[in-house]
Amino acid sequence: MKSESRLETILRCGHFALTGELGPPRGADPDAVRKKAAHLKGMVDAVNITDNQTAVVRMSSLGACLIAKQEGLEPIYQMVCRDRNRIAMQSDILGAAALGINNLLCLSGDHQKFGDHPGCKKVFDIDSIQLVSMMKTMRDEARFQGGEEITVPPKMFIGAAANPFAEPHAFRVQRLAKKVAAGADFIQTQCVYNMERFRAWLDQARDMGLTENVHILPGITPLKSLGMARYMKNNVPGMDVPDELIKRMQGVEKKDQAREGIAICCEQIQQMQEMKGLAGIHLMAIEWEHRVPEIVTQAGLLPRPEPEQG
Amino acid sequence: MIKAVAKSLEEIKSMITPYRRVLTIGCGGCVSQCLAGGQKEARALNIKLRASAASDSDALFDDITVERQCEQQFLKELDNRISTYDALISIACGAGVQFLAERFPNLPVFPGVNTQFVGITRDIGWYEERCKTCGDCVLGLTAGICPVTMCSKGLFNGPCGGPQDGHCEVDPDTPCAWIAIYERLQAQGRLDSIAEIHPTRNWQNQVPGRILVEEYRARYVENGEKT
Repeated sequence: MKSESRLETILRCGHFALTGELGPPRGADPDAVRKKAAHLKGMVDAVNITDNQTAVVRMSSLGACLIAKQEGLEPIYQMVCRDRNRIAMQSDILGAAALGINNLLCLSGDHQKFGDHPGCKKVFDIDSIQLVSMMKTMRDEARFQGGEEITVPPKMFIGAAANPFAEPHAFRVQRLAKKVAAGADFIQTQCVYNMERFRAWLDQARDMGLTENVHILPGITPLKSLGMARYMKNNVPGMDVPDELIKRMQGVEKKDQAREGIAICCEQIQQMQEMKGLAGIHLMAIEWEHRVPEIVTQAGLLPRPEPEQG
Repeated sequence: MIKAVAKSLEEIKSMITPYRRVLTIGCGGCVSQCLAGGQKEARALNIKLRASAASDSDALFDDITVERQCEQQFLKELDNRISTYDALISIACGAGVQFLAERFPNLPVFPGVNTQFVGITRDIGWYEERCKTCGDCVLGLTAGICPVTMCSKGLFNGPCGGPQDGHCEVDPDTPCAWIAIYERLQAQGRLDSIAEIHPTRNWQNQVPGRILVEEYRARYVENGEKT
């Protein structure tokens, strides 16, 4: 074991893992985190705690990770390169490890232009692949990026993201290979709606031998409505929502669209369980945490494994 | 070259409010090329400032343009001219403004332009940024397209997940630098150049820069002391 991560244990045991997502609140209310956490407890194996997603200020990922942990969840600390330099990042990694947080997801981060402080100064001292590499050096070599020794190294299970749908398509698997070479233990992908293209990307990854060296968890976000489907298609960069899905959502009455979205999501999960080279699912029910029990039940993913730690 | 754009007349007027005798100083270097700080612009600004103080009979507004404000030999030409004035406006880049202020430390110096970037002239009146002067050039690896400048996130290891139709997610008018890098390297048969992980760099531009050309070192440094 590289870490004390519950997620690592589950993946190593060969279980089909399920990770969820929890967006921290835009305020200092710990109960907002607890409330969301309650919906996810026992439903997923680990939970991503987002880091100021879409560049909008929220409670820190680290703070919300700790609350989620106290509530019995296994948090995945998301860290973006937009807001912190390598000193702050390494310092937060040590702090998180000391607090018993065992997973780090390394991301570039959304540009501040999209957020609520578009006039701020971006950092991007290092990029997401360099962050993966820095984290691995800290963990496996007990050294800081600057070269000095770390007395007690942070034993994090290292995650990274991949977008199978973004341009240039031919480079996407190579970029995945770079993340694996840098030290990523698991990969969570952008929301998958176009199964055909996802399959093509996975085939490429498998052909390159990547699926044997990294645990891949495709991202799934249930569609709440036709409006959301259209928004995802037209407004979210790097998202590929096929017209058939839009049509399918159009074909049902508004009051039934949520149910249809969940049905689509469950079908996707089923198909993915049959694909070779996938280690689990990353279920991102955005501001829909309370529907996760329903989705997970309907998808037949319960009960979750209870591995022995260590 | 350095590119700049003029500050608004309102901002310039508000900066010089307490002063009635003001010399506007243009620069014949980069900023004249981008139509922001040359002789023509110095003259035009001065005419506007003079017109706005027309009712004040004691007011004195003049303009002059030197070859380059980033060289003392040209600033020297101003030594005998400035005693008449109680403030200076420089419409050179930020470097020129500072060098002028250094030469005349007893006079307030106000900037008349906002310095934008190191860039190219696409055509007359059309300028684009190309260099962040990071001090550690990687253009050889990236097909002559700068990831520090042209990628909105300054990424070193390939594109983020956001490009749309070949453009940066931040601005639909900006091509994605990494798609361009990828396509050019592919055309040159050099994709190997971005296959390896580009390691974390040590930023070279985190303190005020200074260059002492080796051949001239002896001229400025004696017994280890700068003269």
